[in-house]
Amino acid sequence: MVRSRKRKESLDNRIFNGIVTFLLVLCGLAALYPLLFVVVASISDPVRVNSGEVWLFPVGFQLDGYLQVFGNKWIFIGYRNSLIYTVLGTFLNVLVTLMAGYPLSRKDLYGRKLFNWYIAIPMWFGGGLIPTYVVVNHLHLVNTPLVLLILGLVSSFNIIICRTFIASLPYELQESAKIDGCSDFGILWKIVVPLSKPIIAVLCLYYAVGHWNDYFSAMIYVSDKNFQTLQVFLREILLLNQNIDLETIEDPAVVALKLQMAQVMKYSLIVVASIPLLIAYPFVQKFFVKGVMIGSVKG
Amino acid sequence: MTKFLESNKSAIKRENAVRDKGGKRSAFSRLRRCWQLYLLLLPTVVYLFIFNYLPMAGIQIAFRDYKFSRGIWDSAWVGLKHFRTFFESVQFESLMLNTVKISVYALLFGFPFPIILALLLNECRSMKLKKTVQTLTYAPYFISTVVMVSMLSMFLSPSTGIVNKAISLLGGTPYDFMGSAKAFRSIYVISGIWQGTGWSSIIFIAALAGIDPQLHEAAEIDGANRLQRIWHINLPGILPTAVIVFIMNCGSIMSVGFEKVYLMQNSMNQSTSEIIATYVYKMGIQKAQYSYTTAIGLFNSLINLVLLLIVNHISKKVSEISVF
Repeated sequence: MVRSRKRKESLDNRIFNGIVTFLLVLCGLAALYPLLFVVVASISDPVRVNSGEVWLFPVGFQLDGYLQVFGNKWIFIGYRNSLIYTVLGTFLNVLVTLMAGYPLSRKDLYGRKLFNWYIAIPMWFGGGLIPTYVVVNHLHLVNTPLVLLILGLVSSFNIIICRTFIASLPYELQESAKIDGCSDFGILWKIVVPLSKPIIAVLCLYYAVGHWNDYFSAMIYVSDKNFQTLQVFLREILLLNQNIDLETIEDPAVVALKLQMAQVMKYSLIVVASIPLLIAYPFVQKFFVKGVMIGSVKG
Repeated sequence: MTKFLESNKSAIKRENAVRDKGGKRSAFSRLRRCWQLYLLLLPTVVYLFIFNYLPMAGIQIAFRDYKFSRGIWDSAWVGLKHFRTFFESVQFESLMLNTVKISVYALLFGFPFPIILALLLNECRSMKLKKTVQTLTYAPYFISTVVMVSMLSMFLSPSTGIVNKAISLLGGTPYDFMGSAKAFRSIYVISGIWQGTGWSSIIFIAALAGIDPQLHEAAEIDGANRLQRIWHINLPGILPTAVIVFIMNCGSIMSVGFEKVYLMQNSMNQSTSEIIATYVYKMGIQKAQYSYTTAIGLFNSLINLVLLLIVNHISKKVSEISVF
């Protein structure tokens, strides 16, 4: 069947397929090339990267950039902090979201409508940056590591995604568990959670990426460098160039070399900073579509 | 036997009487039966109250002269003073223009790309190519803003950036893109398209998958070629989705991604890159003018809301598709 259709394929059709393939390859390359270049430049000779000799393949292989990245105390601290915030924060986020999503999926919850409104309103109205800052300030949370875990503890949007998913599970399972004397906690933990793995994966993805890439709240609420996230250090090094200490060096040749090195170290740093996402990417990719779709039919 | 039945009946009657004894009693018993569910909701309710509803109440400092020592409720009431200051300030016009321009450009130029990508992917007959392109185009979405802007400044650097190397290779003269007020919006929009197209296309891909294949079969029999089928079946098929996405985007037109603009900002491109959000941050957090900047923020959200309602209304009239 397929084969016979293939033979009948007209010239028009083949040209059309050719154009589609060409454009798609172009899109793929456009998305890939900047990322590929960063990786290639990170393992190339800094002088040759800066003089424009590196385009597609590494020239003058070296790993000094990476050595420098791993030797930097602040990058290490930032990396450690961001890992802690991401793991701990995501755990709390998903826990609280599930805890809220489950009761809201229950039709027999008294006052369900009220709760739904209470949770939905913050999606459309907010206090804005300054009033939120003022409240956090009054709670004495400014400049504590706690603020980065608490702020954004739960998002209304994700609760609604979660509620929609749980509501789509067969309710009979919960009912029969109830008849067997299972409590609401028990139903959530023993029945709903095991069935909700796809939505838990989506929530983990959303929350974890948010934590790992968080720069805004760290910049606004935390000033102590020891609690700071990786993204803040990335900005200092990558954009503000606050990495090269030139005071100790006099020789201009050494200064020039250091500047070149700093440039390549930036490429290495970008790679290192993105490694957790790269590792997670293949595992969570199959959940993307599900996540977006459940989110879009919220109602 | 009959006696037993009767006693049973009366027991049921008694039970019903207890149950019907006023709504309050039954409401209370329903509350009590669900206590575990309420306990589960408690953290969310408390969190939203403190970090969403309290700040909403805190908006009133826009109408007061807020002092930390006096708190939100006891600071002096000044009415619309801060709004007036903002409207009369020198920056007002340029802030508004910059904010509107950058978001309108981002919306108009960014909007078609996800749809085009989704249509292309839908026409692709090779599953392998489709999967690969999807994997590649989704990836940039996960790059953090800091890394994104750093990549921009490295690629566009006039002395060492790869873009300028390519320009000089083609015979042009290197240009300091990041330090140019003229190039700022283009960089912002183009990099946004690079980062967001793949991710935003997901929803359209799903919408295309939902189109009835019988429509295509019928059109094929009628002799429609693939371009015609895209135009007459696929495009109308995803139109409702597209309209809703467009309305939602219009509703956030005044809330341009603060982070990216702030990170891309420097003293040389400030004339086009200073938007309301960055101004609020600088005046509010850095210079501690809480009341003044809350007023600006409130003004900003009001415009957002009005825009959302207007676009929603127009769309409802024209195409009968609306969010509300």
